[in-house]
Amino acid sequence: MLQFLVKRLAAIVPTVFLVSVLIFTLQQLLPGDPAVAMAGEDRDPNVIAYLRAKFHLDEPIPVRYLYWAKGVLHGDLGDSVRIQEPVTQLILEKLPVTIELAALAMTIALVIGISAGIVSAVFKDTVWDYGANVFALWGLSTPNFWLGILMILLFSVRLGWLPASGYVSPFEDLRANLASMIMPAFVLGNAIAAVLMRHTRSAMLQVLSADYVRTARAKGLDERVVVLRHALRNALVPIVTLGALEFGTLLSGAVLTEQVFSIPGFGKLIVDAVFNRDYLVVQGVVLFTASAYILLNLLADVAYVLINPRMRT
Amino acid sequence: MTTFFRSGRIAAFVLAALVCAPAAFAQTLRVGLAEDPDVLDPTLARTFVGRIVFAGLCDKLVDVDEKLTIVPQLATSWQWGPDQKSLTMKIRQGVTFHDGEKLDAAAVKFNIERHKTMQGSNRRGELAPVTSVDVVDPYTVRFNLSAPFAPLLAQLADRAGMMVSPKAAKAEGEKFGAHPVCSGPFKFAERVAQDRIVLERFPNYWNKGAIHFDKVIYQPIIDPTVRLANLKSGQLDFIERVAPSDMKALKGDAKIKVARMVEIGYQGITINVGKSDLAQKNPLGKDARVREAFELSLDRQAIVDVAQDGEGLPGNQWVAPTSAWYAKNMPIPKRDVARAKALLKEAGVTNPSFTLLTPTTADAQRVAQVVQAMAKEAGFDVKIQSTEFATSLDMADKGTYEAYVLAWSGRADPDGNLYSFDVTKQPLNYAGYSNPEVDRLIKESRETVDPAARLKLFEQVAAHTLKDRPILYLYHRHLLWAYSSKLSGLRTVPDGLVRLQDLKGR
Amino acid sequence: MAAALDLATPLPRELSPARRALRRLARRKGAMVGLAIVVFFVVMAIFAGWIAPQDPLATSWSAVRKAPGAAHWFGTDEIGRDVLSRVVWGARASLLAGVVSVCISLAVGVPIGLAAGYVGGWVDMLVSRLADAMLACPFLILAIALAAFLGPSLTNAMIAIGVAATPVFVRLTRAQVLAVKVEDYVEAARAVGNSHLRIALRHVFPNVVPPLIVQATLAIAAAVIAEASLSFLGLGQQPPAPSWGSMLNTAKNYVENAPWMAIWPGLSIFLLVLSFNLLGDGLRDALDPRHG
Repeated sequence: MLQFLVKRLAAIVPTVFLVSVLIFTLQQLLPGDPAVAMAGEDRDPNVIAYLRAKFHLDEPIPVRYLYWAKGVLHGDLGDSVRIQEPVTQLILEKLPVTIELAALAMTIALVIGISAGIVSAVFKDTVWDYGANVFALWGLSTPNFWLGILMILLFSVRLGWLPASGYVSPFEDLRANLASMIMPAFVLGNAIAAVLMRHTRSAMLQVLSADYVRTARAKGLDERVVVLRHALRNALVPIVTLGALEFGTLLSGAVLTEQVFSIPGFGKLIVDAVFNRDYLVVQGVVLFTASAYILLNLLADVAYVLINPRMRT
Repeated sequence: MTTFFRSGRIAAFVLAALVCAPAAFAQTLRVGLAEDPDVLDPTLARTFVGRIVFAGLCDKLVDVDEKLTIVPQLATSWQWGPDQKSLTMKIRQGVTFHDGEKLDAAAVKFNIERHKTMQGSNRRGELAPVTSVDVVDPYTVRFNLSAPFAPLLAQLADRAGMMVSPKAAKAEGEKFGAHPVCSGPFKFAERVAQDRIVLERFPNYWNKGAIHFDKVIYQPIIDPTVRLANLKSGQLDFIERVAPSDMKALKGDAKIKVARMVEIGYQGITINVGKSDLAQKNPLGKDARVREAFELSLDRQAIVDVAQDGEGLPGNQWVAPTSAWYAKNMPIPKRDVARAKALLKEAGVTNPSFTLLTPTTADAQRVAQVVQAMAKEAGFDVKIQSTEFATSLDMADKGTYEAYVLAWSGRADPDGNLYSFDVTKQPLNYAGYSNPEVDRLIKESRETVDPAARLKLFEQVAAHTLKDRPILYLYHRHLLWAYSSKLSGLRTVPDGLVRLQDLKGR
Repeated sequence: MAAALDLATPLPRELSPARRALRRLARRKGAMVGLAIVVFFVVMAIFAGWIAPQDPLATSWSAVRKAPGAAHWFGTDEIGRDVLSRVVWGARASLLAGVVSVCISLAVGVPIGLAAGYVGGWVDMLVSRLADAMLACPFLILAIALAAFLGPSLTNAMIAIGVAATPVFVRLTRAQVLAVKVEDYVEAARAVGNSHLRIALRHVFPNVVPPLIVQATLAIAAAVIAEASLSFLGLGQQPPAPSWGSMLNTAKNYVENAPWMAIWPGLSIFLLVLSFNLLGDGLRDALDPRHG
């Protein structure tokens, strides 16, 4: 166990390093002089020269990487050029929002995905199976920005039940917070529900044909008990660890969902920064989220090994 | 029993009164912006949307009214020196900054010097002719200029004239934008990037009688459909930049009022006539007749009708036809495909082909597609090259383009729409245009304070530039605002800034 | 006694695993519906020139945003173009976006994954770390950065999506190779003296194919959505050429006063992506006997 952990931890360092190189290079290679983009529409040559010097833009890319990496190792991710705020501060500001959105989306995904997966597996090849399939899949089959806009028009403009966009901190007003998060969380969670449905279904099918289930049935136990008590518990093992892995998908989906619903999370931050060539923001945030994702993966693997006795060798 | 109920009811009534009472006095104005503003430091700021927030946060020396006339704000009166090489201004007395510091001539001097010398300042070009500022007496300053500079007052009506507290600026240095301290009607309370900017009423504002709100919250909402949805559902009281296609539906809505102003900027196509070798390699850049033919193949009103749903005013100069500075000697040409074809034949190119660099913004894309279809009828083969806005600026800078769909947000003084674009080697002269006579005329127009003489100079400039066509001006958008009908007293100044003085709710 | 063993009737022929899989696939109605819809769109894409009633690029100033009617069955868009024709021609762009991206991922990812899994050692370590690093970045961010770097166009969007999706196939291939490598028949082939390359191609690769087919089908669905997402941000197919994603992007501003501009491309994306998803799920069931 310990050996397993040490080996995995050792693999993290090169991975994070590669992420930093990858995202740095991608940002630096974006076409256009970042100093010109950052200087704004007045295009003052003094400002451009000042920015070029400040960000070492006249030095070769590897040297620029070293400047940035040095700062990162000291905990300084640089400042956003556009609004002059430290990237670390931006991350801390947006982190609770993103976590809340991810958590709500995950909950919705679990509810929809697992129930659809159970129905689909238990009533395999019947109309219920196809129905559950389509129900879980339709979220994956629509671009989330499109679904978001439709929901806003229906629930905010036409019905007036929910706010169209914006974010209220849960500490300020919990009801308003949930009201503003429920639609984006639903849009996000929908897509992941499909993945969870598939895994639940396949895990359930595997388990339902297993010996101990046949034994339970032979014993004369009620079908519902068989499904929920015996089959599901074992099927849940891989599903729970999926949660951590889907964090990456969540962030990907959040990019556009946050844009449409004006939720101030990471997704919106990164997209705006890419187009404004505010590359320190992009690099800092992606490095942070990638590291978080890698750590979550590690935790998921550890949890999987702990939960599943068969894996312990 | 009854006493119990009665005391309960009284308690409930008192409680309700206590809860409701402050709410009745606190009036918050919620404004929806089209983008997140950049840094809130007038010296470093570089976006249009930032100026909207500044309108509530930072007062300036002078302001402009609906007709773009200069009116007093922090300065009460001004006088040009005998040779127009100096401007003496009297500063309003009794004005304090949000931190309690006094606003006097010394503070003004500090601010102008900050604009001119701070690292990364975007105001240097705007105040270039100002050589020094003298404190004549505690409430009088004198700007000394290297040459007469007519646009000076207009510059002082914008960010270059915004005054920040010297104490706070010295203390915060570069980080001033995180907690700006100015002297406007509202003071800075909080900012969450990309979420909101909250300003609270400044009780010691010099014109506090005109302010009827306690709080202003600016929320950037990028998608125009969502922004409008917020207004309709009542979450916002005011939104800027309404999509033109939404205007018709809003006409019938009793709860929402709209305002439209012709912008002080323009939408046009910049042509590479000398920025790089590409100018000589493409028929459009090489031959003025081809450019004239291109202009004649376009129907400006149709472009406005299709690309902006009619919400715009066709124009052919750097200022709108409704502007006092419009050169009446050069009216908008009508579409004439036959003449265009004849010109092309004369120039020896019957099917000229060129690439139109188009940023991926919705407006530019629509204009490009309409232009492509129209010009085709005269024989032009226009290829649309879409790039990200940041990339397109870079390409224009390097001259790696043939024609470029570029808009300019505009400045109150026409010089702001002209000098940097048409004078040789100026930073915004993406066309690479160089005409010594035009250079001379524009420089002279800068130094001419008398409006009638200035207009004559602009007419001469127009006679040249509209013939050479480094920039093809197409139209001037309508700036569209929508707001709750509960609001009244809104001032519609064509610079598109939301002024909070005299704005009342309910 | 004699009836139990009736040697006169021939024994049924043994079906190959592929035929058996296809049989199972045919039995899942969802997958069949999906397949039918996919075929429908493919035909639409290939024969767009014959099917589309009008020129998708023909503008008309007098017919801007007209509601569906006799002249334009699906209405017109913001510069007067026929929406139906644009939807028909747009099938090409959207299908290409889906299929070509995945082909790029397969062409790059599978050989790398095979090599990593089979060779092992430092090659495996390098490839795995690189794949992990790419997977740690949110997919859409990677795609946006790549597309921004290459420039907005359909081709560049396909490359961006394809490259961003490559690590998934690397991982999948590698995992399959590792599982198969230890099978007896592979060891036997080695013992007999087959070269590594022959073993890799002859024995390992065919076992990798089934999960790859499933993943590829599902990836096509995701790629079509990704193209729409990139178009939303202004990267991807540029006007005036039609693609459902860019049509949806333009239409989102006119949802209230010209909903037909968005309904038809939106519906098309939904149907196409749903079909690929159903097909992929069906294939998974068909190719994995445990689910049959």
